[in-house]
Amino acid sequence: MSLLSVEDLVVRHGLLQAVRGVSFSVERGETLALVGANGAGKTTLLRAIAGAHQAASGRVLFNGADLSGVPSHSRVRNGIALVPEGRKLFVQMTVEENLLLGKTAGRPGEWSVEKVLDAFPNLKPRRHAKAGHLSGGEQQATAIGRALMSNPDLLLLDEVSLGLSPLVVDRVYASLQGLISSGTTIILVEQDLNRALSVSNKVICMLEGRVALAGDSRSMSREEVTKAYFGLHRKSATGVPA
Amino acid sequence: MSNQIVQGILLGGYYALIACGLSFMFSVMRIINLAHGSLAVLSAFALWLLASRFHISPFLGLVIVLPLMAVIGWALQRFLLERSARGGALLPILTTFGLAIVIDNVLFEQFGADTRSLAPYIGSLSYDSWEWPGSIYVGKLAVIIFITAVVLLGGLQLFLTRTGIGRSIRATSEDPDTAGLVGVDARRAMAIAAAIAMVTVGLAGAFLGMRATFDPYAGATQLLFAFEAAVIGGAGSVWGTLIGGIVLALAQTLGAQVHPQGFLIGGHVAFLIVLFIRLYTSGLGLRGLLRLSTGKTS
Repeated sequence: MSLLSVEDLVVRHGLLQAVRGVSFSVERGETLALVGANGAGKTTLLRAIAGAHQAASGRVLFNGADLSGVPSHSRVRNGIALVPEGRKLFVQMTVEENLLLGKTAGRPGEWSVEKVLDAFPNLKPRRHAKAGHLSGGEQQATAIGRALMSNPDLLLLDEVSLGLSPLVVDRVYASLQGLISSGTTIILVEQDLNRALSVSNKVICMLEGRVALAGDSRSMSREEVTKAYFGLHRKSATGVPA
Repeated sequence: MSNQIVQGILLGGYYALIACGLSFMFSVMRIINLAHGSLAVLSAFALWLLASRFHISPFLGLVIVLPLMAVIGWALQRFLLERSARGGALLPILTTFGLAIVIDNVLFEQFGADTRSLAPYIGSLSYDSWEWPGSIYVGKLAVIIFITAVVLLGGLQLFLTRTGIGRSIRATSEDPDTAGLVGVDARRAMAIAAAIAMVTVGLAGAFLGMRATFDPYAGATQLLFAFEAAVIGGAGSVWGTLIGGIVLALAQTLGAQVHPQGFLIGGHVAFLIVLFIRLYTSGLGLRGLLRLSTGKTS
């Protein structure tokens, strides 16, 4: 049984269909990279898995249980944690308070404030600083740490490199590499193709709300993914412009 | 003069107590509860009923009334405020305004227009006092109310910063959607916040009944004092509420020294001065304030 199965999922923003019948599955310990251009539906898909958007149709199965209609806070209790785009920290609260909020779900596990601070050493001296006063890299580390505090079975990361300097992104990805090595199951939304392909073992490329390409990261060339990214592979497959 | 200042500070404790729930609901739930005063009077009537019919001391009656107020707060949030909040910012204000009218008139229907007090049921506490140096007489009840306000506000501050539920309430207040994504049940957090606010309202109602008289329509005055104290203290700040209450009470006490009618006017003047300073320093500037007062927006 897959850890996560998404079956024919449709998500709408009003009249706009942002995710159009997407299906895929993720096994325990895998790292799946969701790539695609802006507006491809990656963030909406991730938020629908986390329960922040309700699906119009289709199903999300987690550990075999159907999560349809389950609110986001209950999904955290089930073991799904999202690091949202833009970090979305509680800026009036300290780093420690933000991390402790991740414990609200009450899932047992190894993650504690101390362990997060060990995993992200740059946060140690900022423990009692308000989240609103942190640098972009420190905020991202806090957001990832907050999600880890719920001891998730599945970690959803939405654009963790967005708005960060290359040096800081390197640091964040070095921390992620540690998580991946420890066997944490991750779905990663990333604009940077090279980084996405380097850390993942599966990749899904989305285009206009649909899966344009899916497969093993290592057996897929960058050129192949780039074509799917811009919708070029459909042109060659059907012979007509997409 | 020192006697007036001491009395003003002690009265400020009562105003802080009655403003506490209003300020808490505004800062956490973003709701201006216009039924605040009426709910305090409801609590006072409940205690009066227990004391007059069942001979239960108002202090002991709090053991029954405060949990009831918590249940009322929880139910109000779940069945009324939560639903009305979906209709925009104005609807909860109108809803609580309607609720105040309903409570006032139900109390009038049940208890008539007579004024009541809990003072006869607390022995000599309502008029006992200590003599301090300089011929200053300090009412025992006023001191109890002031200490209760400090303990309540301090307890609330500790609750919000040191407990998991407190953090959940603050997170929900800041961003309910993201709070859900970290595992906080935002609906539950808001219902707990409303229950806590109503417990503070219940306590304020008890002290209202002990230190003065009340009738079914006394809620509006209490709401006004609570609103003024909350605004002076910077609505949302726990210790600011205490300072707001003290400033309001001092202004009223000093106003009463100037003119017999000056008690209320002194408080209103202090409120308006602080309000204008806040608006002026908010970045609107003098021109912005003048535009607001004349209704010109461009």
